[in-house]
Amino acid sequence: MAATGAPSLIPPPDSSPASPAPLVRIRGLHKRFGPLEVLRGIDLDVQGGEKVSIIGPSGSGKTTLLRCINYIGRPSEGHVTVSGSLIGEKLAGDHFVALDDRSLARQRAGIGMVFQRFNLFPHLTVLRNIELGPVKVLKIAPAEARERSFGLLQKVGLADKAAAYPEMLSGGQQQRVAIARALAMQPKLMLFDEATSALDPELVGEVLAVIAQLAAEGMTMVLVTHEMQFAEDISDRVIFMDHGKIVEQGPPDQIFHTPVHERTRAFLRAVLDRRAKPL
Amino acid sequence: MSAWWAQLSLFLGVLFNGAIMTAIVTAGSFIVSMVLGVVSAACATSRSPLLRAISSVYVEVFRAVPILTQLFIIYFGLGSIGIKLNPIPAALAGFGLNGGANLTEVFRGGIGAIDRGQTEAALSIGMTPLMALRYIVLPQAFRIVLPSLTNFAIGLLKDTSLASAVAAPELSFNANALVDRTFRSPEIYILLALFYLAMSLPLSALARNLERRSSRGHRA
Repeated sequence: MAATGAPSLIPPPDSSPASPAPLVRIRGLHKRFGPLEVLRGIDLDVQGGEKVSIIGPSGSGKTTLLRCINYIGRPSEGHVTVSGSLIGEKLAGDHFVALDDRSLARQRAGIGMVFQRFNLFPHLTVLRNIELGPVKVLKIAPAEARERSFGLLQKVGLADKAAAYPEMLSGGQQQRVAIARALAMQPKLMLFDEATSALDPELVGEVLAVIAQLAAEGMTMVLVTHEMQFAEDISDRVIFMDHGKIVEQGPPDQIFHTPVHERTRAFLRAVLDRRAKPL
Repeated sequence: MSAWWAQLSLFLGVLFNGAIMTAIVTAGSFIVSMVLGVVSAACATSRSPLLRAISSVYVEVFRAVPILTQLFIIYFGLGSIGIKLNPIPAALAGFGLNGGANLTEVFRGGIGAIDRGQTEAALSIGMTPLMALRYIVLPQAFRIVLPSLTNFAIGLLKDTSLASAVAAPELSFNANALVDRTFRSPEIYILLALFYLAMSLPLSALARNLERRSSRGHRA
């Protein structure tokens, strides 16, 4: 649990002595881009199997926080552990040093990430996009990797697109392939960075359905999303961020219907009012 | 008439031998240039300041000095300090080093044109930066730089005529030798031009074919 921004609203980490060790533990996370401080001290735990949605205005640091979890974004200060392993660094005596590329890559292989712009590899077929990681990174036999990849394509409803190139697919289909690509590495944690923001409205549903299915299967997830209803439906916990800090967090019901912090209320009012306005 | 045919067949035979050597020097130099260009571009785009500096010095030095001067240094200069290279290896080294410096910039541009999200996606599935470069970035960059590579290869084919200055028995060297022996310069140099043309045109066709094949999965 977080302990920044509004301490009175947020219980300190490990407040319950009976709580199991979290899958993700973030402590004192700061991220600066030059003089701009995008994350200003984030503390957060995510339990195994938990679905955590992060909401907040643009520029609040949601995506940056997500990118620091798998070290695609390098924290300026603070530490992230996943399954008890310090991500991107190790202790050498009394100080932290950066991990070598190979060790960091091994850590990232266990953390799936889905990007807003899909980032499929355009020069490879859909099937090759999915099986490349298992073959090259996990060193799985090509036949086995192909079978696994094909199974995942079936799971996301795109088995008939195995031989297609990404540009031949709709945005929604591309994002489903991107989800399958991440799942092919059999991650213990999935990060979704505004997975539906770049999609035409009519294509959002098919992607959300795949994510919801994953959630139902018990996958641990951290989602940055603007889909408020979806966040409310699938999340165990919703986090509201603003100006690089966690302002408020709690069960979806509480955050969406009885938010305590005025900033959360103002944000939700603005978002929900905009949606209620007729075209 | 028969004397004319005999002379023509002599010219064609000598020039053909030279053309084979030109093809060998061009292909060999192209391979060396590609390897050096890719490695140097990878250094130029790496996070390591040392590797970036090495690449930068290499490019500046070998791009700034004329290729003929580099050939002289490699063939005569190294020879004077006891490192005696035959003309063909000297030509391969000279054209390869010079070409590598030029291709560094070409590949650097190609790598820079690939969306950063591609590398991030590759890293997110557990690839190291080197694997991301090899499997994801370079294949896409290669497609972008293919037209430049074609120009480079055709330019290299013509530049190999400079290897005659270090006595490499390539096409131009053999043509000059024929002129010295027969004084039939108009005919020989026209034949020489036709030989270069006949070697360049298939290169262009090959490049067009490669471009077509590599554009799979991309919008035209």
